[in-house]
Amino acid sequence: MFLINCPYCGERDQQEFKAGGEAHIERPKQPTELSDDEWAEYLFMRKNIKGVQFERWNHAHGCRKWFNMVRDTSNDEIKAIYKMGEKPPSQ
Amino acid sequence: MTKNLRVKSSEYIDETNRVSFKFNGKTYHGFKGDTLASALLANDVHLVGRSFKYHRPRGIMTSGSEEPNAIVQINPNSNITEPNVRATEVEIYEGLEASSQNCWPSVEFDIGGINNFLSPFFPAGFYYKTFMWPSSFWEKYEFFIRHSAGLGKSPTTNDPDIYDHRNVHYDVLVVGAGISGILAAKNAAKNNFKTLLVDEKNEIGGSTIFENNEFNKIDSKTPSEWLKKEIEELKNIKNLEIKTRTSVAAYHQYNYILARENLTDHLEVKDKKNKIRQRLLKIRAKKVILATGALERPLIFNNNDRPGIMLSSAIRKYSEFYGVACGNKNVFFTNNDSAYESALSLYDKGINVEAIIDIREQSESKIVKKVKEAGIKIYWSHSIVDTAGYKRLNSVTIMKLSNDGTSVTGSKIPISCDCLGVAGGWTPSVHLYTQSGSKLKFDDEKKIFLPNQNTSDQISVGSCDGDFKLNEILINLNKKIKEMLNIKQTDFDSIKVEIDQENSKRNIWLLPSDKPLGKTKPFVDYQNDATAKDIKLALREGFRSIEHVKRYTTTGMGTDQGKLGNMHALGIIADTAGLKMGELGTTTFRPPYTPLTFGTIVGRNVGKFFDTFRRTPMNDWHLENKAKFENVGQWKRAWYYPINEETMHQAVQRESKAARESAGILDASTLGKIDIQGSDASEFLNRVYTNAWSKLAIGKCRYGLMLNEDGMVYDDGVTTRLDENHYIMTTTTGGAANVLGKLEDYLQTEWPELDVYLTSVTDHYATASLCGPNSKKVLKKIIPNLDLSDENFPHMSFKKANIGNIQCRIMRISFTGEHSYEINVQASYGKDLWEKCMEAGKEYNITPYGTETMHLLRAEKGFIIVGQDTDGTMTPIDLQMDWIVSKKKYDFIGKRSLYRSDTMREDRKQLVGLLTDDPNIVLEEGAQIVSELNQSPVEMLGHVTSSYFSPNLNKSIALAVVRGGKDMMGKKLFVPMENKNINVTVANPVFYDEKNERLNA
Repeated sequence: MFLINCPYCGERDQQEFKAGGEAHIERPKQPTELSDDEWAEYLFMRKNIKGVQFERWNHAHGCRKWFNMVRDTSNDEIKAIYKMGEKPPSQ
Repeated sequence: MTKNLRVKSSEYIDETNRVSFKFNGKTYHGFKGDTLASALLANDVHLVGRSFKYHRPRGIMTSGSEEPNAIVQINPNSNITEPNVRATEVEIYEGLEASSQNCWPSVEFDIGGINNFLSPFFPAGFYYKTFMWPSSFWEKYEFFIRHSAGLGKSPTTNDPDIYDHRNVHYDVLVVGAGISGILAAKNAAKNNFKTLLVDEKNEIGGSTIFENNEFNKIDSKTPSEWLKKEIEELKNIKNLEIKTRTSVAAYHQYNYILARENLTDHLEVKDKKNKIRQRLLKIRAKKVILATGALERPLIFNNNDRPGIMLSSAIRKYSEFYGVACGNKNVFFTNNDSAYESALSLYDKGINVEAIIDIREQSESKIVKKVKEAGIKIYWSHSIVDTAGYKRLNSVTIMKLSNDGTSVTGSKIPISCDCLGVAGGWTPSVHLYTQSGSKLKFDDEKKIFLPNQNTSDQISVGSCDGDFKLNEILINLNKKIKEMLNIKQTDFDSIKVEIDQENSKRNIWLLPSDKPLGKTKPFVDYQNDATAKDIKLALREGFRSIEHVKRYTTTGMGTDQGKLGNMHALGIIADTAGLKMGELGTTTFRPPYTPLTFGTIVGRNVGKFFDTFRRTPMNDWHLENKAKFENVGQWKRAWYYPINEETMHQAVQRESKAARESAGILDASTLGKIDIQGSDASEFLNRVYTNAWSKLAIGKCRYGLMLNEDGMVYDDGVTTRLDENHYIMTTTTGGAANVLGKLEDYLQTEWPELDVYLTSVTDHYATASLCGPNSKKVLKKIIPNLDLSDENFPHMSFKKANIGNIQCRIMRISFTGEHSYEINVQASYGKDLWEKCMEAGKEYNITPYGTETMHLLRAEKGFIIVGQDTDGTMTPIDLQMDWIVSKKKYDFIGKRSLYRSDTMREDRKQLVGLLTDDPNIVLEEGAQIVSELNQSPVEMLGHVTSSYFSPNLNKSIALAVVRGGKDMMGKKLFVPMENKNINVTVANPVFYDEKNERLNA
């Protein structure tokens, strides 16, 4: 059970949070310009890395804010947490 | 006649407090402080259970939670009986009743014991191999296998006890209160760390508390004396909390630890009442110190499982701590010096020790010399090749061990005995350590797995870190806690330790016998009856991974999780397969460390606290008027309101007719309501709904359909423009929370530039929906000054009004196709509003209707229910709702997906109406639809999603999704049921008032 440092509320138990999948997948600005394959790439394709992964998390039972997390999926070490819109830390 | 084997008084046993208890129906006596195991042993009872597979008689083997054999049933004659409890952990109290498990008719004479003689026919994987043929017979085999499987009996009624959960936070958690844990906790607390020390036993002190032999000294005192003084000092330390009878079950990441605190199990029945039985502590600790100690290993030799064969360390604990001798003629079998300490402990109390059989060639330590001086016979380089005694050990047979340890030679020497202490060295308890995600390494010299790579702020100290000698323990502990706590000194910096402990050990995983392996029974896992033979068979059959061998042979899979025998299993595999143990690894130690009761796991979340439920402000009225309820999400919604003896069908038919013919009223408070404000609110709605919102006038309402990005219908509802930058959105009852979450997600992550704020107001408003041709007259009576004319207040519009002093929002919208109004008031006025409507509607026979009638009425109109007529695979086009999808808007959530080749296929499942040829037959929801009856296999075209008997049309109607259904209007299809085929015709899904004339009726 992680201890997550919400950038707005501080350290809270994992059960207050909801995981939201891979981070930094931007919704295309002009979807109609995309081919089926390009749209499918955005819609369905997600990485599932063993190692350092960038993820979206939501403090669902708290401030309801979304933020990003860098997590090593092999040992669940949370390497960084940063707000939406902020630049991801360089690896 | 029972013997009394209480040989010495002990400060932990209160001999003035005699306790009587029953075991297998017979009354025995023990003392307060005894465990069931120590009390039985004091009465010379060793035989307590039968093994799982062969039903072999088994006795008490250990003195702790690692016990594999002495698994008993508590309160066996009660319907709240508890199975699989370790006799070594049960503290006796007046009136305790316990019995053996897995035996019938009794532990003394067990029919299942015949399995022991048939054991050549039960090799590893027996069930997998035997019951595979014929495959269709598995269900029949299963019935019998299930009946013979399992150890204890389950309780048959609800658990009446109270359980609790508590979240606690500490700077330092110390697990295990032996000498290492006590010193660690004491020094942490003294340095201002808020510290919790837990131990599973009823007394702290571990094994050092009864360490009285003359060879080890701390500051010139025996370790026992010295530690008692330390324990005495703990009482005065602030910041330190000590919890005994508290067993850590799980050690998760980020130092999140679950521990079970046992509060009343040791109390007398009258003292248990109304108290919390067990509490699950959910501990967050900044730092964790594991001082979990080590478990003694048995030795693996032929027939090593008879009652009377115990761990040498257990014999010592029973003698020193409980004052109980486990036998009158004791023999020890060892590969290291520990057994000599146990032997001396007995010898000092005048208990007969016949011999020590040592597989080593020699040992020169002081303690061995002392045993020699005591005249106890030592057989060096000997091994036990067999034991005898069915229900109690009566002799062992030994032979000389060859130099390489693989065979035995010379003549057999029988030694008569009634108790055998086995000492195979020590295994650090690293279970919790690995649960935390930390990694082990194998120490090839000591033949143990040791902590290696920590994943959180934790250390392992004492024997769980491989330090077995007192001086090593204290020196390393001192260093490690200074480093972890970042402190300069501890209160045992200048401690003086004298020791005479030898670590010399000869490790042989599987001891040889004069008979071939196939003819012997060297048990590795006692509880599951897995022998060395089974493990070797698994290897012969090609299993290599330790995880596979474990599951194939069931080694380590019992309630004890193989705490004693796992290392031997690994050793035997490594030896046989020619692998290194470090490469082989261990099986995964999963939580819980010891079994937890279900009560502890669920805590107070039982009965009505199992899940949250929500009731509307009008709920009391529904209850008073005998409504039946249905669960919709977490809501309890009024389902229908039967009058007198009405069935559901009758009630729904009556309610439906009333709503269309005069006036009906529905509690619609559960609909999700989201308040949307901000200068970009209209733009936001444009992006989340499929239709256009910019031109919606203030005071108007519009139905909206929301898609997922994949183009599938996600939710629907009516949204009203209250003001220029202010909307109120309604969602489905079940979808409210998810819709809000999804909208927040888009706002925060994709469109942060939009000035929009969302607030859930579902619980803030109560909603009564008035419907039917007389609804207007009812509303007029409640709010006489509101102009209800179609010109002033047309369909799909909104008005603010007052009912007396109560402000309300009224939307003229309809989910039934009738002229209707949704009246919203502040939630606390909900019941009042409802009662006013009922009063005003009396002259029109206003009829309250529930969700079932609502569903029927909307189905007559062909209105969908998201989640009933859709299932996450339906696009608006599939629903024949093309009209609501804006072609002009550049983008909205899901738009691009509507133009994917797959979503544009013509033969997708599409929503249609179905009419049965016989209007009295009502289809079953979920029934499959086909176009051919004489074909096999036949293509399933789709299924029925909604189906009712319509009293207003006097026939059955249904909605269905059918492959290519859009072009099948008028086509005859079939719904094959178990006993008949129903003929149906595809129809327009709008069955009633196709021209929507009744909206303005």
